[in-house]
Amino acid sequence: MAQLLLLHLLAAALAPWLAKVLRTKAFPVLALAPAVSFVWLLSVSSDVRAGNLPTQRISWVPGLGIDLDFRVTTLSWVLGLLVTGVGALVLLYCTWYFTDRDPTLWRFTSVFTAFAGAMLGLVLTDNLLVLYVFWELTTVFSYLLIGHNPASSTNRRAAMQALIVTTFGGLAMLVGIIILGVHHTYSISALIADPPPLDTLTVAAVVLLLVGALSKSALVPFHFWLPGAMAAPTPVSAYLHAAAMVKAGIYLVALLAPAFAGAPAWHALTVGLGLFTMLVGGWRALRQHDIKLLLAYGTVSQLGFIVAIAGLGTKASALSALALVIAHALFKSTLFLTVGVVDKCAGTRDLRELSGVGRRLLPVAVPATLAGLSMAGIVPLAGFVSKESALESLWEDVQTSAPLPAPWSWLAIVGVVAGSALTVAYTARFLWGTFATKPGVAPTPVKAAHPGFVLAPVLLGVACLLVGLLSPLESPWLLPYAVDFPVGAEPQSLALWHGVTVPLMLSLVSVAVGLVLFAQRDLVARVQSGVPSLVDGERGFARTLRWVDRGAVETTAVTQRGSLPIYLAGILIVFVALPGLAAVTRGTVPDVRLWDNPGQAVVGVVVVTAAVLVLVTRRRLTAVMLVGATGYGVSLLFILHGAPDLAITQMLVETVSLVVFVLALRRLPTKFTRHPHSPSRTWRIALGAAVGASVGAIALVASGGRTAEPVSAGFPTEAYAFGHGKNIVNVTLVDIRAWDTLGEVSVLVAAATGIASLIFVRTRNTRISRATSKSLPSSNGGRGTWLHGGRTMRKEKRSVIFEVVTRLVFHIMLAASLFLLFAGHNQPGGGFAGGLVAGLALVVRYLAGGRYELDEAAPFDAGLLVGLGLLVAVGSALAPLAFGGTILETTAVDFTLPPWGEVHLVTSLVFDIGVYLIVVGMMLDIVRSLGTGIDRQIAEEEAAETEETDASAAGQAEVARP
Amino acid sequence: MTTLAPALIESTLQPNITLVLVTVGLVAAGTALALDRSLVRVLLGMVLIGNGIAVLYLVISGRAGRAPFVGEDPAAISDPLPQAMVLTAIVISLATIGFLLALSYRLWQISGTDDVPDDAEDARIQRLALEDQTSSTYDPSEESTTTSDELADGDRSPRR
Repeated sequence: MAQLLLLHLLAAALAPWLAKVLRTKAFPVLALAPAVSFVWLLSVSSDVRAGNLPTQRISWVPGLGIDLDFRVTTLSWVLGLLVTGVGALVLLYCTWYFTDRDPTLWRFTSVFTAFAGAMLGLVLTDNLLVLYVFWELTTVFSYLLIGHNPASSTNRRAAMQALIVTTFGGLAMLVGIIILGVHHTYSISALIADPPPLDTLTVAAVVLLLVGALSKSALVPFHFWLPGAMAAPTPVSAYLHAAAMVKAGIYLVALLAPAFAGAPAWHALTVGLGLFTMLVGGWRALRQHDIKLLLAYGTVSQLGFIVAIAGLGTKASALSALALVIAHALFKSTLFLTVGVVDKCAGTRDLRELSGVGRRLLPVAVPATLAGLSMAGIVPLAGFVSKESALESLWEDVQTSAPLPAPWSWLAIVGVVAGSALTVAYTARFLWGTFATKPGVAPTPVKAAHPGFVLAPVLLGVACLLVGLLSPLESPWLLPYAVDFPVGAEPQSLALWHGVTVPLMLSLVSVAVGLVLFAQRDLVARVQSGVPSLVDGERGFARTLRWVDRGAVETTAVTQRGSLPIYLAGILIVFVALPGLAAVTRGTVPDVRLWDNPGQAVVGVVVVTAAVLVLVTRRRLTAVMLVGATGYGVSLLFILHGAPDLAITQMLVETVSLVVFVLALRRLPTKFTRHPHSPSRTWRIALGAAVGASVGAIALVASGGRTAEPVSAGFPTEAYAFGHGKNIVNVTLVDIRAWDTLGEVSVLVAAATGIASLIFVRTRNTRISRATSKSLPSSNGGRGTWLHGGRTMRKEKRSVIFEVVTRLVFHIMLAASLFLLFAGHNQPGGGFAGGLVAGLALVVRYLAGGRYELDEAAPFDAGLLVGLGLLVAVGSALAPLAFGGTILETTAVDFTLPPWGEVHLVTSLVFDIGVYLIVVGMMLDIVRSLGTGIDRQIAEEEAAETEETDASAAGQAEVARP
Repeated sequence: MTTLAPALIESTLQPNITLVLVTVGLVAAGTALALDRSLVRVLLGMVLIGNGIAVLYLVISGRAGRAPFVGEDPAAISDPLPQAMVLTAIVISLATIGFLLALSYRLWQISGTDDVPDDAEDARIQRLALEDQTSSTYDPSEESTTTSDELADGDRSPRR
């Protein structure tokens, strides 16, 4: 069975290619997939009848109870034959329905074949979850088929409507499936063989499953999607909305009925809603002028009828439900295919315009009449047999008061008679409207139909007759489904003649009433237009959608204020309200020390004062200086704490940041924008105070709560034993916690790249413009100078003293940075500190000599440097693997080098060199972007202004344009 | 190295209130700044908060001690692990400063101010909510997909 599904999948996959090569001739080839499946199903018929069910088990996700189990029961055998048989015929029919020029063939062929496969999988699977998967696949494919013409807004809306309604039902069904699966089993056969007790949970699950089934089979209140889906090409309507997809819901009802027909609400949902739908659909079918829509409402009506009978849940009703399914699939697909032929040959589907078509299209008029008689339930067609059988089972209910008690059983049988009368009336309307020669209407010009085009309707129409005539022979094949039902007597065999019975009388009544309704159609139309439309599902659907949309707008408006401060405040308020409040109210405050030494208090007062002053000042640079003061203060606290590495790094970072701030802020307004009417200042400060207090409270409470030994307790020994270094902090960085450092330098690389991208926008700065390569207006005739770049600067910006000092200090700084790098393993220092010092040296060169001097000092791309650094760091991390070590393992190598003597080389130094390179690269990127980059933009703007104001302003020539 | 541990635990059980107060001051001022509209002020606030958290690490690393080098008395040195963590944080904060400054500069280049504006799309949705409107993706068409050719409006021809 899985092979049959694979065959469909393969066909669907090849379909676009086939359609390209063969055009419409691809359809007969694709029809082979369902045809082969049909033949296979026929070949297992006797096994199914004998109860020797073909099964196949493929384990898929056993942990979740999802297995690709397939089996053919009588029910799935019937449905499978219809799905594959009608599917093959409809595909054949498509050959003449579409033209070779149709540009959508490749898509249509593929989706249609895939749909056929999904439908077959749905009726064959024995696992509820797999059934759900196929169920939703049919939904998606049907969406694609209804929206066949995406250029039309009606098509799009109809497709979306069908998708939303059936997916909604599908989701409800999924919940039901999961309830059943978790509490009982996902296996359908196990569920039917051993039904779980009808406790609340099971009943809820069954109701949810029914919601899915009813939405798929277009029962009230979900019925409106089906007529909308008529926007699809007619073969799609014939297949999906007659034989296949809408039958999925009926299949589910019929599948569950043996086990759950006794559940509360079951009969209300199936029989009640089903009969109501039958009446609503029939009533509205009588109003249609479009023969396709007429059939669509007729389908709604018939589906309601079948669900009601399938849901009744007696042995007799089970048999008649199967007979109804078969009869309906045959006559409805015949009629839809007929509509397609008429539409193509006569050019209209409006029954007011069609006249004299029957005579011209006799090859379809005959099978359509047969199908119509079957739909109306006229002897000796399939529809008559099944309707008789259905009335029979309802009459049995009336007599035995089981399963429906007295008033309801009467109501049900009256409903079916009334519905049948409507059916007779709209069938007559359809046949008359499509084929009759109407007085006063000019005969419709009709093209002759290709013989192949009418083949499928003819075959199906003949089948309507044969199934009716041969009905006594069919019963034994269908009975195995009925015997599973616990309620009711053994059903009578299907037959054309049971004698003069009450059901026969009722049947005659309904036909008579129906014919009167048709004869008095003008009167009926006047009555109908006077009655307001009571059940308008579509308007309710539109209203629900609008309500959901409005809800989304309101929710978004409330939660997404679009203001950064408000979002941040939200986070902070939660922080204060939960952990902050908990620490204050529930925490135990331990004993505290005043200080480790009084110096901390002195520095602390300065730091806090500076921090508070930042809030007050409105000048940018003042604020930057004050923040810098807190940073230097903190580095003093580090020294007082006994953390020299931290203090060095903090000092360096603080210095660099000051420079960077000044560089970046030089073009921004000197003062912050004033928002005089903003009430927010007070609450900002209040919230800030609350957050600060929370942090303080948490710090106190958490400190007092410490119980475990710190992980760093063993660091002093480990640092030397494994890291071969004496500076424990540095060894921690490059060895013990080197993974952290690797992550951190990656962040640095990303940040450096981000900074460069924000300033240069299009490309990273790779233009190197060295001062020495510029032809400059030389002031001293080419004699030696302290800094080459100095000559490129404006005179008022130059400082000879600064240039001299820079010249003297630059190389010393570089040497110091290298010293920090190499000594860092055993003394304060390391890659970070060293890199920062080297970066600072570059900053000094830039400040003294301008952007050309920077390129003179570092004539390479910063991106190259960070990349190289990352390469070295990662390489040194991975290198130990080559020698059988672990990642980031450190080894020490001792050897003697003549001038130095003993050399103690530690491999983690290489890692530190990588860090060093990345830090230098990042610093270079920062200076190049916020220094050089902004310089260049200023120069370009000034040059542009100069050109505007005075083209001959030669005095500005020293503002060299890059 | 069990000699180190009890001393560490004991000293952290008695937090240094001066450093706690410094943390509180820095974090409070920093948070107030971070809630501002000016991106530069936000950045300054972040720097202050960062400094405050660095001091918090000193609080939880216990009492002050000698610099953590091998060869010192293990019981007398300060805890090295928080120091390594803070060192990482300091360098990252430099990268953050550079990035946010570049961002502020770019914002100023584009809009002439470094004040972060409200999101325009969110403002539009709020206007929709005030006016009781639906979203722009909502299809307001009330026209039915099916009833266009029912008797009620019978003069229309069927859809093709």
